[in-house]
Amino acid sequence: MDGFDDDEMEIVKEFLVESYESLDELDQNLMALEDRPDDRERLGSIFRTVHTIKGTSGFLALNKLERVAHVGENLLVKLRDGRLSLTHDIADGLLGMVDAIRAILANLEQIGNEGDADYEALILKLQELLHGADAGTQPSQPPAEQTPESIATEPVDPPPEPPQLDSEVNDELTTELDAQNPPEPQAIDNETALTNHPDDLLPTTDKPALEDEPVLEPATEGPAQDAPTAPIPTPHVSNAAPVNEQPQPDQTPPKVNKDPQTATPTLNSEDKGTSDHQANKTVADASVRIDVEILDKLMNLVGELVLSRNEIVQFCSRLEDARMNAASQRLNLITTELQEGVMKTRMQPIRNAWSKLPRVVRDLSATLGKQVEVQMFGADTELDKTVLEAIKDPLTHIVRNSVDHGIESPEQRIAAGKPGLGTLSLRAFHEGGQVNIEIADDGGGINAERIREKAVEKGVVAADVSHEMSERELINLILLPGFSTAQKVTNVSGRGVGMDVVKTNIEQIGGTLDIQSVAGKGTTLRIKIPLTLAIVPALMVTVDDDHYAIPQVNLMELVRLSNDRVNDEIEYIHNVPVYRLRGNLLPLVYLDEELEVRERRKQDRRNEDINIVVLRADSELFGLVVDSITDTQEIVVKPLGQNLKAIPAYAGATIMGDGHVALILDVLGLAQKSHVLAQHRDRSVREKPPLAMSRSSEQEELLVVESHEGLRAAIRLSSVARLEEFPVQNVEHAGSKSVVQYRGEILPLIDLTGGPLHCAPMGDEDDSVISTVVFSQGDQNVGVVVGKIVDIVAADISVETKTQGNSRIIKNRVTEMVNLQHVVQASGVVIC
Amino acid sequence: MTSNGEGNPSTDSSSSGQEAYCTFRVSELLFGVAVRQVQEVLRSQRTTRVPLAPFSVHGLMNLRGQIVSAIDLRKQLGLDSLTKEQSDAMNVVIRTEDGPTSLMVDEIGDVIAVQSDRFETPPETLQGPPRELIRGAFKLENELLLILDTSCVIKFAA
Repeated sequence: MDGFDDDEMEIVKEFLVESYESLDELDQNLMALEDRPDDRERLGSIFRTVHTIKGTSGFLALNKLERVAHVGENLLVKLRDGRLSLTHDIADGLLGMVDAIRAILANLEQIGNEGDADYEALILKLQELLHGADAGTQPSQPPAEQTPESIATEPVDPPPEPPQLDSEVNDELTTELDAQNPPEPQAIDNETALTNHPDDLLPTTDKPALEDEPVLEPATEGPAQDAPTAPIPTPHVSNAAPVNEQPQPDQTPPKVNKDPQTATPTLNSEDKGTSDHQANKTVADASVRIDVEILDKLMNLVGELVLSRNEIVQFCSRLEDARMNAASQRLNLITTELQEGVMKTRMQPIRNAWSKLPRVVRDLSATLGKQVEVQMFGADTELDKTVLEAIKDPLTHIVRNSVDHGIESPEQRIAAGKPGLGTLSLRAFHEGGQVNIEIADDGGGINAERIREKAVEKGVVAADVSHEMSERELINLILLPGFSTAQKVTNVSGRGVGMDVVKTNIEQIGGTLDIQSVAGKGTTLRIKIPLTLAIVPALMVTVDDDHYAIPQVNLMELVRLSNDRVNDEIEYIHNVPVYRLRGNLLPLVYLDEELEVRERRKQDRRNEDINIVVLRADSELFGLVVDSITDTQEIVVKPLGQNLKAIPAYAGATIMGDGHVALILDVLGLAQKSHVLAQHRDRSVREKPPLAMSRSSEQEELLVVESHEGLRAAIRLSSVARLEEFPVQNVEHAGSKSVVQYRGEILPLIDLTGGPLHCAPMGDEDDSVISTVVFSQGDQNVGVVVGKIVDIVAADISVETKTQGNSRIIKNRVTEMVNLQHVVQASGVVIC
Repeated sequence: MTSNGEGNPSTDSSSSGQEAYCTFRVSELLFGVAVRQVQEVLRSQRTTRVPLAPFSVHGLMNLRGQIVSAIDLRKQLGLDSLTKEQSDAMNVVIRTEDGPTSLMVDEIGDVIAVQSDRFETPPETLQGPPRELIRGAFKLENELLLILDTSCVIKFAA
């Protein structure tokens, strides 16, 4: 069995490739069949697939495979001939057969033989199904309607009603022959054979009962010349029927013996099958099967070409030769097109990754007693084969999770006013050079409260901290290692490994994962992954005269600070530099220090111009400080050797336009190395407090202002819409109110105490301005006039500072806490 | 000791076996690597340094589109760094399991064929990093040809 020689191995390989393809199809077909059990066309196609596998396995002496396929095929024959209708058990049995075939093929591929697994139980089960069917159908059929098939299955007694059958069959035959030209070959041939050699008939009739060999094989040849004789009615047809009707999987069952009701559809489907076949053939002619290795090699070569192109283009731009430049332009264009073309050859529709999911859902929902329908949108969305392979497992996991934890049992669903049938929708689309995949269920959603409890219980977050987290933050906690909220551990999921692995897998291919959930409505997981891994756009930066590439997937924005601003704007939390990016603290990481190419700076020595590359690692933003930013480039990712792979800071290397090597930074690795990510849990929980209204006991950003009287007041920055300055002369009056025109609307101005603005306090100098804190509620803006805007500080306003009434000590000054909303309400300028 | 060189198909016994070695100098030492392991010899190449890399990795170079790590043999052997310009270093590119790797050496010598019976393993008194890197020595007429264990060279660079 094992030990194929080279030639045989070729055949085996081809067999494997073909079979894998058809197995995926089988899964889908079988499941579609469950919805429409009488879809004969589909049954026919399933039968053909299994038949082919069985035939080839017999030829290759793969005995186990042959046996499994054989018994499955027997069952399929009955199904197809309508002697059996598809039940859930049968579908299970057939899917089990598909699994067994797949397992054997996998063994064949990996270890070169069929493996040691024993499929007797499965075979037995299938046989039971087969015989159960016989027992079931026979007695229920009234004798008058007994079809030749059922007669065939009782090999003993001669049919009592041949004349009746004859006439039926003959009528049938005639109509068919009239209707169709050329006529059905087997049917005619069979008949003519019988007619021409009446003497041979008896022995033939007896044969099948004893023998397992197909008798029909030779009959399929040369139907044309026999055709004219076909319509001649013959009493022997009925006898012939049992001949063909032995449950012979190896042959296409002849149509003659069909009772009229089933015969016509079968014939039709057979015809369609043939035309399908022709259609397939043209498709096959239009496409070529290519070894992935060749494609990989092509891809590599194109990568090289891109690099050479970059080099030449860069070189030519220095030459003042018009013809050379034109040539390099052309090279540029052609290379780009070629690159796209080759990348396209590696593109595969996401359907390939999705195709097995309905099966997963079916099995799982059956086990769990749930009803789930899978919907797919954008199955044609294409992505690189490598990426596709990489997301298969995470996808399966997510889908399992959705069915297991997300979608409720039919009773629960109905009780909640939803249809009993749950929906799991898969959606894929391209967006901005990335592929988005959404997996949404309309189940119970994620219970943020339960996650909070679990998180506290497991010590992932502290109890007080957990109460400040937004629902979304809580939900994304399930992506942490060892986090599972399943009430009970099932054999499907809930063992505490899971979503973090999914997340890691997706991140490994440069993707991101986000979860949104509405309790009671459902959960949506959104995966964003790059189209391809081989050629990526990157930002080129330099540090200490070396070039580094940063993949643009991670890039958020660029900030440049000139040296006079550096001292003011880079602040320190105990020697750790941070920068305020629109009010949020952005931890800074100096690339030269991380790479240890320069000494760690002293705090006071950082006064050169700096370039901050704002990057996203995981859900965390950080600023990478580099010497300079050169440009963006399409780079070809090349792996590093073993001795360098272990360094987490690098994702690979590439060759730049000038032929020099540049390292590609691994943003995630860098973030981990510099502890941006290690702090992540604490940070996201403690320092990213609800910008909204929660009474945070932690750091909060405050706008410190001074009133005209010189009193200090602090306003939560989160409640401030904007800061504006208006020239005093612009202040107008409407009734008792002071107003100013602002962005085409009238902005009422009030005092910090909520009272109306007393006339411009600064005297009549025309160029003086009033500082205004704009507060907005709904559509309504209100300007709160302050004497001076002092600073924005991040202060701990409740825990460590001593409080006195509504006052705090902020920056060593007693500062009144002002709630803008109260002020505005007190002023009465806004109709609330 | 390996005794079958490509240039000597008529190897009949280990005593008369010959193998060709590509020789080069690092500091004052004469080293050899079996010719069949050597992919090519290059003049000094521009390399890109790799911060955080093992100390003996001098950098990465672009070898016709392939990225190759260059290992500074001086550092690897615990010798003083080159006093002369680093750019004068020559590259001996050898084939390894991990793809081609370049050894940076001071000077390239001849390819010489040596009798395998002139080979001896290093004495026990040889200690430190070189002990692992040097498989043994061929006794040439007026000096010793030290044979590098290339797999160790790669391993030590990790």
